[in-house]
Amino acid sequence: MSSVLPHLPALQVVVPLFGAVIAAFLRRGAIAFVVALAVTWLMPVIAATMLWQVIETGPISYAMGGWEPPWGIEYRVDLLSAFVLLLVSAVAAAIMPFARQSVKLEIDESREAWFYCMYLLCLTGLLGITITGDAFNAFVFLEVSSLSSYVMIANGLDRRALLAAFQYLVMGTVGATFYVIGVGFLYLLTGSLNFVDIADRLANVGPEQFSAMVAALAFVSAGVGIKLALFPLHAWLPNAYAFAPSFATAFLAASATKVAVYLIIRLYYSVFGGAIDYAALPISEVIIVLSVAAMFIASAIAVFENNLKRMLAYSSVAQIGYVTLGIGLANQAGLTGGIAHLFNHAVMKGALFVALGCVFFRVGSCMLDEVTGLGRRMPITMAAFAIAGLGLIGTPGTVGFISKWYLAQGALDSGSWLLVFAIVASSVISVVYIGRVVEVVWFREPTSKAVIEASDPPLSMLLPLIALTAAVVYFGIETSASAGLASRAAEILTGALATGVPPPGAPQ
Amino acid sequence: MTPEALVIAALAIPFVGAALIPLFTNNPNARETVTLVTAALLFIIVVAIAGSLSDGAQLQAVGIDVFAGIAFAFRVEPLGMLFALVASSLWIVNSIYSIGYMRAGDEPRQTTYYVCFAIAVGSAIGIAFAQNLFTLFLFYEALTISTYPLVTHKRDAEAMRSGRLYLLLLLGTSMALLLPAIFATFALAGTLDFKAGGILAGTASGATLALLLFLYVFGIGKAAVMPVHSWLPAAMVAPTPVSALLHAVAVVKAGVFTILKVMVYVFGIDLLQELSATDIFLYVAALTVLLASLIAMTQNNLKRRLAYSTVSQLSYIVVGALLATQLGVIGGAMQIAMHAFGKITLFFCAGAIYVAAHKVEVSELDGLGRVMPITFGAFLIGALSIIGLPPFGGLWSKWFLLLGALEAQHIAILVVLVISSLLNIAYLLPIPFRGFFGTAPEGSPQATGGIQEAPLPCLIALSVTALGCLLLFFFAEPLHALAAAIPLR
Repeated sequence: MSSVLPHLPALQVVVPLFGAVIAAFLRRGAIAFVVALAVTWLMPVIAATMLWQVIETGPISYAMGGWEPPWGIEYRVDLLSAFVLLLVSAVAAAIMPFARQSVKLEIDESREAWFYCMYLLCLTGLLGITITGDAFNAFVFLEVSSLSSYVMIANGLDRRALLAAFQYLVMGTVGATFYVIGVGFLYLLTGSLNFVDIADRLANVGPEQFSAMVAALAFVSAGVGIKLALFPLHAWLPNAYAFAPSFATAFLAASATKVAVYLIIRLYYSVFGGAIDYAALPISEVIIVLSVAAMFIASAIAVFENNLKRMLAYSSVAQIGYVTLGIGLANQAGLTGGIAHLFNHAVMKGALFVALGCVFFRVGSCMLDEVTGLGRRMPITMAAFAIAGLGLIGTPGTVGFISKWYLAQGALDSGSWLLVFAIVASSVISVVYIGRVVEVVWFREPTSKAVIEASDPPLSMLLPLIALTAAVVYFGIETSASAGLASRAAEILTGALATGVPPPGAPQ
Repeated sequence: MTPEALVIAALAIPFVGAALIPLFTNNPNARETVTLVTAALLFIIVVAIAGSLSDGAQLQAVGIDVFAGIAFAFRVEPLGMLFALVASSLWIVNSIYSIGYMRAGDEPRQTTYYVCFAIAVGSAIGIAFAQNLFTLFLFYEALTISTYPLVTHKRDAEAMRSGRLYLLLLLGTSMALLLPAIFATFALAGTLDFKAGGILAGTASGATLALLLFLYVFGIGKAAVMPVHSWLPAAMVAPTPVSALLHAVAVVKAGVFTILKVMVYVFGIDLLQELSATDIFLYVAALTVLLASLIAMTQNNLKRRLAYSTVSQLSYIVVGALLATQLGVIGGAMQIAMHAFGKITLFFCAGAIYVAAHKVEVSELDGLGRVMPITFGAFLIGALSIIGLPPFGGLWSKWFLLLGALEAQHIAILVVLVISSLLNIAYLLPIPFRGFFGTAPEGSPQATGGIQEAPLPCLIALSVTALGCLLLFFFAEPLHALAAAIPLR
C-alpha cells in the first residue's frame, strides 16, 4: 500500500484513461459498463485518500515522469483541488449504476462500449484539469473532456442532438482557443507554464507589461467562461443538456461546469491573484453583474420551458450564477458559498437529472405536458425530484440553503444589501419553475397511456437517485464536509489575494 | 420519560403517524384509527410537557449544529407551550370531524389528506418548540408545503389556481422578506436564538430596525397582515376541516405566533417601545382589523366571510404584539387560543351545513337553523365568543388587548378594537339569526323537511369546541398563567 500512496495523483488520471482504452477494445456494452463502474468507483477512493493526506500533511506535489517542476508537468493537489476531485468522482460514482439501464435504452447496442469509452475519457479529462498544476496540460485535458463530451451528446436519441453537439463543438473550440491564447500570453510574460511558477514570476512582471497581463486574464476568462457557461456565454448549454443521453446529461451537469469553475478559481486566485490588484480592475463588478443576470434571466427562461431537461439546463445556468457570484465577491464567506455551491449544486442537479432519466426510461419523454399525473405512477422518482427541487429553491434543511446563506453573508461583508435581496429574490423564481412541475406531476390526473402504465424504474436506477436525494438533505444539516472544507479552501485562496505577497504556507 | 425525551417524542409522533397512515390505504377504519391514536398521543405528551414546565423551568432539548452559530434545536417556553396545546388539542377534535366530513362527502384521496394533515400538525409543533429562528423557519416552510396538497384537494381549475396563489404568496414572502430579515438579524446580533428581552437591542440604528420590522411583519405572510392576506380567502377552496384546523388554527396561528415570538424574543418589547416605527406597523395591523371586518360584511359565501373574519382577528394578535406591553402580549397570546376555539367552531358549522344541506351562501340559510338546531346553536356560541361577549372565552383576550391599548395609551387602537367588535356582531350574528328566524323559501329542502343534521362525528366535534368556548370563560386561569409567564425581559 505504501508503494501506491505516493503515486495516487497519477493514478487518479491514468486509471480512467486506461479504462477508456480497455472499453474501446470491448464489443459488449455490458462488459464495458463493468469496466466503467469499477473505474468510477475506484476514483472517489483515491480522491478521498488524497484529501485526507492534504488535510494531514498539506498539499501534494507530484512530478509526472520524474521531471521536476517547473520543467516537467506537475500534478498538484491542494485543499481546493482535492475537494473538487472528490466532488466530481463521488457524484460520478453515485450516478454510475444508473447508466446501465439508461444507456441500454438510449444508445444503439453496437455503440454502447464506445459510449462508455467516451465517458471514461471525459472523466479522465475532468479529473486531469483539476489535478494538474500546468497551464498547458490543463488545456490538453480540457480538450480531452470536451471532445469526448461532444461525442456523448451527439449520441442522443433525438436527431437534434447532432446539432446541439455541433453547437457545443463550435463554442467549446472557441473557448479552448481563447484559453490557450491566454496561456500563450502568460508564457510570453513569464517563460513558464507551471501555475505556481507563473504566479511567482507574474509578481515580478514590470508595470510596462501590465496590459499584456490583463490581456492574458481577459482571454482565459472568456475561454473558461464559455466552458463554465457563464452568462451570456451559455448558449451551448441548454440544447446540449436537453438532447444528450440521460446519463450524459446527469454526469455532465454534475461535473463538467464544476471543473471549469474550479479552473477559473485557480486562475483568478492562485495565478493572477498575487500579481493583479483586482480593486484596480472592474473584473469583480463584471462577474457580479453577469452572475446576477444569470440568476434572474436564466431562471425566468426556465419558467417558460416545456422540455424539462431544458428547464433544468437553464436552471443550471442560473445556479452557476450563484457560484460565480461567490467568486466575484472575492471574500471569505462569499467564496465559501461559491465553492460549497459547486458541491451542493452537483448533488442537486445530479439527483434532478437522474430523476428525469428515470422518467424518460419509463415514459419516453421529458416534456412537461406528457408527464401529467406521473407522481402517482412513479412516486419515489417524483418525490426525489420534489425534494431535490426544494434544494434548488434553497429551502432550509437542504443543501441549497447552506450555499445561499454563505453567499448572502459574503454579499453583506462586501457591503451590498442589494445583492442579498438579489440572492433571495432569484430563489423565488425557482419556486415557480419547480412548483409548476410538481403541480403537473402530483396534482393532475394522468392523461397519456405511457404515464398510466409507468412505474418506478428498476433498483439500479432508483438507488443512485435515492442516494443523491438523501445527500441533498444530509448535507443541508451536516455541513462540515461541504461548507466546512469549502470555508478552509476559501480562507487559503483569499489569503493569497490582493497584497501580492502570499502568506507563507499558502498553496498557490 | 425525561422532559427532553418528551419534547423529541412530541416532534416525532405526527411524522411517525404520517408514515404509518399510507400503510392502511385500503382499510379506512384502521387508517383513521392511526390518525386518532397519533393525535391523542400527541396531546397527552404535550400536556405532560406542560406539566413539567409548570415549575417555571424552560426545557432545553438537544439540537444539532448546522453551521457556525446556527443550530437545529428546540426549547419549550410558555408561548410555544400555549400554541402547542391549542394545536394538539384541536387536532383530535378536528380528526373526529374530518372522518364525518370526508366520508359523508365521499371525498377522493383521503389517505393523502390524512398524511398531509399529520405533517402539517407536526410542522406546527416544530414551530411552537423551535429554539431559534432557523429552526422555526424550517418548519414554517414545511408547513406551507405540506398544506399545499390540502388546499388543492379538489384538483379542479379553481383549486389549482388558489393553490398557486397560496404557495407563491407564502413561499414568496418568506423567501424574499422573512429570510433576509432572519439573515440580517444574524448579521446584526450574531445569533438567532430566542432570548427573553430580545437580541437586537443596541445593534443597529432606528432606521435599520424599522426596515427589519417591515421585513418581519410582511415576511411572515401566514399572519395575513394586509396586503399579504389574499392567500387566506383563496385557501378556502380546501375541504372545510382543512379550513377549520389549518386556516383558522395551525397555519395562521403559526404566523401570528411567529410574529409574537419575534417581537418578544428577537426585538424585545423595550426596544419596540423605543422604536418610532413600531406605531406605523401597529396602525397597519389596526387598519387590517377594520378593513377585513368591512370586507367580511360584503361576503355572501360563508367560508369566505369567515376567512376575512380570520384576517381581522389575526391582526388583533399582531396589534397585541406591537403594543409592546405585557398586557398586550398576554392579550395576543390568549387570543391565539380563544380565537382558535371560536373560529374552528364556526368552520365546523359551515362544514356541517355544507355536508347536510349543500349550502355555501349566507343568503341561502333562511330557516335552516330550525332543522339543524345543534349546528346553528354552536355557530351562535362560536360567534359570540369571537365577538368577545360573556360568558365565552373570547372576552378575555379582548379584555387584555383593551387593557394593553390603554396601558400603552393608544386610544385610537382602543377605538378600533371597539368598532371592530361591533362589526363582528354585524357580520356574524345575522347568520344564526337567518337560520333560526328567517322564513324558509317556498319549496326549499329546509321547508319540505328534506334536511337533517350533519353526521354524528361532525356534531360531536362542533359541540366539543362550542363547549370549549364556554369553558374557556370560566377556566381561563391556566391559559392566563401561561401567557403571563412569557418572559419579557
